[in-house]
Parts: sequence; structure tokens; C-alpha cells
Amino acid sequence: MTPGTRRLMFLLTAPVLGAVLLWGFGGLPRFAHHPNPYGDVLNAVSVPERHVTDVVTAVNFDYRGFDTLGEEFIFFASVLGVVLILRDQTDESPGHAEDFATGRAVPPTSDAVRVLGLGLTPLTVLFGIDIVAHGQLTPGGGFQGGVILATAVLLIYLAGEYDELHVRYTETVLERAEALGGAAYVALGFFGVVAGSAYMQNVLPLGRTGSVFSAGTVPLINLAVAFEIGAGVVILLTTFLRQTLVVRATERRSALERALDAGPPA
Amino acid sequence: MTLLPYIVAIWLLLAGLYGIVTSRNLVHQVVCLAVVQASTYVVLLAIGYRAGAAAPVYLDIPAKRTAVDPVVQALSLTDVVVGATVTALLLAIVVQAHKRTGSLDPEDLRDAY
Repeated sequence: MTPGTRRLMFLLTAPVLGAVLLWGFGGLPRFAHHPNPYGDVLNAVSVPERHVTDVVTAVNFDYRGFDTLGEEFIFFASVLGVVLILRDQTDESPGHAEDFATGRAVPPTSDAVRVLGLGLTPLTVLFGIDIVAHGQLTPGGGFQGGVILATAVLLIYLAGEYDELHVRYTETVLERAEALGGAAYVALGFFGVVAGSAYMQNVLPLGRTGSVFSAGTVPLINLAVAFEIGAGVVILLTTFLRQTLVVRATERRSALERALDAGPPA
Repeated sequence: MTLLPYIVAIWLLLAGLYGIVTSRNLVHQVVCLAVVQASTYVVLLAIGYRAGAAAPVYLDIPAKRTAVDPVVQALSLTDVVVGATVTALLLAIVVQAHKRTGSLDPEDLRDAY
């Protein structure tokens, strides 16, 4: 099918799809006046029952905690998939991090970028920990905080060299942290079983509402998720960076090496 | 104007689909899929929205205050996570496709086989 035919077919069918969707949405209760009984119940019981003030977190990590476990394993499987798809192929070999353009030196990272990166890294780590720790009180939690913590590692890459990053965050440590985060979530669910209740039931002491150490298993699950997501995002990041900076097809590498052997152009 | 949020969602869906259908670059195509997914966020949040209601965070509002639906907001979080994982997987496949064909044009994919 040529691109022209494809476009024509889309332009013919898209208005139909749009019209059917609009018809369907038109049958919903009036916008801003939906009766949402489940939401109302959760908003009413979340603080007295679970001491969780952010009801979205109460849904994700308590009332619907088992589903979030599945969601976390979607992420786990995806990281695994990316690492598997981007593994070193037989005709590829890792070399030194270098620019694709040959015969031209890579400009060094400027002092301004270095200083900014170094200054922002500790702040980003603090911000990430803050978001993870207050997940049950204010919007945030393990997913959001984990991504922020991974951003701190990205800042180190921007402020330095890829090789440095590679040495500091060795893959084994990251993979273990990710697996440990995932396993900890599964294990935390058994608190409920041991206490004679259902799996993933929140049976730990609930603490004082509004305190960082409240809401039973919710902050613990958030911590486990932060480990898994943070480590997983850094694995994704290093896997993609490795592809662009380190892994070279064998023929390409030899061409590169020839160019390097010839020395810089006069 | 009670249909406006849904019109926005339909627009995002169709604009993203148009990008996927006509794109000549695989990375651009992955981003178009993210646009399609953004329409689902709009639908979810529109269903949970309620006139004059607060955010469902009872740290600094009275316990009796009406808030928007937290269930669909939690679903949006799931949606965002799934979107990120799908994007990561597709981009990994794009990297491998580029290695095999030396091109990012989806039309060139048929030459790979």
C-alpha cells in the first residue's frame, strides 16, 4: 500500500470513527456531574480506615494494591524486554564511548554544565526521596519519586562522561536493586496472609494521620516501588546510551579505527 | 460545551492516528502513539471531574469536602506507566530496525526481509 492510499483510507474512515466516539461520549452523564459512587466511598473512608490523606495513593497501594503489583511487573517485563532486544549482537562489539562523526574531537563538557549538573544532583535526590516518603500524604509516591531519582543519574551523565556513569552504576547493582524492589512488593503482600487476613491486606499499625510513618504498608510498598522504578529507568537509560555511544557494528568499528589510526586531518 | 473534553480527546486520538498512518520516521511514529495515549488520559480525567470539587488530597481540606473521583486518577497513573513502558520497548525495536536497514523510514522495513 502506498503512503498516498494509506492517507486516503485514513481520511475516509477517521471522520466515521470520530463521529461514533462523539455519539458514544454524548450518551455519558453530563460532564462535571458524573455520579461516581466508588470515588465518593473511597474519599470518605480513606482517611478514617487507612490514615492515607492522598486518596489516589490509597487506591493504588492499598485498596487496589494487587493490581498495582501487576502494573509494576508490566514495567519489570518492559525493562527486561528492552535489555533483551538491545543485547550485544554477534556482529557487534563494545568500544570506547565516542561520537559517530570521525576525525573530529568531541567537545569537552563545559564548566557551566558541570557545575549545574553537580549542583542539581543532590537537590534532585532529595526531591525524589521527599516525593517517595510523602506518597501517602500528598500527590507522589514510588512511581513518580523513582523516576525523579533516576533523573539524578541522568544529570551525572550530562555533567560528566558516559564511562564514569558506567563504572559507578554497574549493571549488576542496578539489576539487583530492580529485582529486590519487585520482590519486596510481593513479600509485603504476605503481611496480610501471616496476620490471618487476605493477601495485600494492610495489617500493619496505621500510625498518626499526616505523619510520614503512617498508613501501615503503604509507605513500605512505595519504597519498594521507588527502588524498582528508579533502578529500572536507569537500566533503560544506560541501555539506550550504550547503544548510541559504545556498541558498534564490527565493520563500522574497523572503519572508525582506520580513521583514528590515520590521525586527525591536517 | 459539556462535550468539549471529549472532543479534545477525540481530536488527540485522530491527530495521533493520522501521524502514525502518514509518518516517514519510526521515532516520530512512536511519539504519535504517545499522543494517541494522551487522549485516554483526557477521557479518564474528564469522567472523574466534578464541578467545584477539590483534589482528592485530604491533608489540608475538611473531611466532608467533595473531591473529584480518585479511582480514575489512579487509573491515569497506570496509563502513564504503561505508556512509558510501551514507548521504551518500541524505541528499542526502532534502534534494532535502524541497525538492520540503515533507515528510519517505515517504508524501508519491507526490504529487511
